[in-house]
Amino acid sequence: MKAIISVIGVDQIGIIAEVSTLLAEEKVNILDISQTILDDYFTMTMLVELDSLEIPLEELKKKLKQKGEKLGVSIKLQHEDIFRSMHRI
Amino acid sequence: MINTYEIMETIRMLEEEKLDIRTVTMGISLSDCADSDGAKAREKIYNKIVKYAGDLVKTAEEIELKYDIPIINKRISVTPISLVAAASNDQDYIEFAKTLDWAAQEVGVDFIGGFSALVHKGMTEADKKLISSIPEALAQTERVCSSVNIGTTRAGLNMDAVAQIGEVVKKCAELTADNGGVAASKLVVFANAPEDNPFMAGAFHGVGEGECMINVGISGPGAVKAALTKVKGEPFDLVAETIKKTAFKITRMGQLVAKEASEMLGVTAGIVDLSLAPTPAVGDSVARILEEMGIEVAGAHGTTAALALLNDAVKKGGVMASSHVGGLSGAFIPVSEDAGMIEAVEKGSLSLEKLEAMTAVCSVGLDMIAVPGKTTAETISAIIADEAAIGMVNHKTTAVRVIPVPGKDVGEEVVYGGLFGRAPIMKVSEYSSADFIARGGRIPAPLQSLKN
Repeated sequence: MKAIISVIGVDQIGIIAEVSTLLAEEKVNILDISQTILDDYFTMTMLVELDSLEIPLEELKKKLKQKGEKLGVSIKLQHEDIFRSMHRI
Repeated sequence: MINTYEIMETIRMLEEEKLDIRTVTMGISLSDCADSDGAKAREKIYNKIVKYAGDLVKTAEEIELKYDIPIINKRISVTPISLVAAASNDQDYIEFAKTLDWAAQEVGVDFIGGFSALVHKGMTEADKKLISSIPEALAQTERVCSSVNIGTTRAGLNMDAVAQIGEVVKKCAELTADNGGVAASKLVVFANAPEDNPFMAGAFHGVGEGECMINVGISGPGAVKAALTKVKGEPFDLVAETIKKTAFKITRMGQLVAKEASEMLGVTAGIVDLSLAPTPAVGDSVARILEEMGIEVAGAHGTTAALALLNDAVKKGGVMASSHVGGLSGAFIPVSEDAGMIEAVEKGSLSLEKLEAMTAVCSVGLDMIAVPGKTTAETISAIIADEAAIGMVNHKTTAVRVIPVPGKDVGEEVVYGGLFGRAPIMKVSEYSSADFIARGGRIPAPLQSLKN
């Protein structure tokens, strides 16, 4: 399954490094990544592949949430189909 | 890849604008549960509901996790019980309601709809038993919802039933006087009731439906309002376009959930209901959309036109987003469940009469309206008759869910909490409609031609 991970918050050094390290540990493959400053907020979106994930999805979401809390940013993981169905005909 | 702006738009709709899936409702046919022995019928009903809906809540929660979309309610609708219980010799159907309640509790849903009868032309013996069982059935159960269809465009209005239902509504409220007459909030009186409505309290699984189906109700008043703030002062053409685009996106989410849920549960995908369903939460109000269009307070002149535009644009945007649209599909204007509507009533801007006019252009009728406890059964019947006449003549669904709150009068309010919210008591006419309701009989179906 492919999912979108979104990270929103105040910019600081090492956000991408922290998030991608966590993803590597959990065997999540990053397919695409984009980062920008939107309305003064650091905004990063990643397209990831979860096929090799060894822990339950719920567990991964929890770890991402904790990581977000540590970094002071909001991290979400959602199946890509929600974006595809809302924004593509 | 989907671009960042699109991703952020979706996240903002979900987090800030309170976009959610209001309900995933499983419709289950109980027609094969009929039995001459009522106890046996109830056993079959219980087993069938538990068998089909056992995984409903779990499945909905998995979808929530996968997409991070809140699914607020998981519910069940069943074949109108008057049809299922008709074969039994039972003298009342209260036990059937209790069985539905237990089954709903067992599978973990908050409401089960279908303690219903379709009596738009006439009543069978079973319909009579069901209707007279409604007050006790709703007072003695927690999760059971009831509905009665008393008119259609093709059959006219059954005024004998209308008269009887006025009494039933009063009795529902009286039996639950300690809780603000809450039983009356679980009873919906329809004209042109849809068979695939996923929303409570009026959901039932119609006789034309399949064995088991998934129907999804979307929400999203907050998202529509937020979109309209970006076109302040622009002409209505742009307002309509903006609503259509937002409704499309919202409905696509509903379609995704409907498809996913039906596949996971192995049942047929029914319909997506396009209704904009408000909640008492701040930022989730249909009234605020009307106010965003330029109405100072909902109920002021222009409200009906604004609502007509909103309702139509939501449908136009939603229809293309879903393969099957159905249910009620219109903007809901329940007073107690919409913070903006409550405020409008409290400010004296919104009256029962204006609400009635609004229901001529949108779904779904006089919904969650608290009236003084001293309101007579005949007056309630007359309110139902007026609303049903609007539905009958305009080929649309209308419904009445009024609560004559025992011991309360205009100027007071009743608080239900949760999704039911709170309702200021609204004024009704003090003049009598008793002789009108006492006539009984049927109001003939309206002419289908000579439309001017």
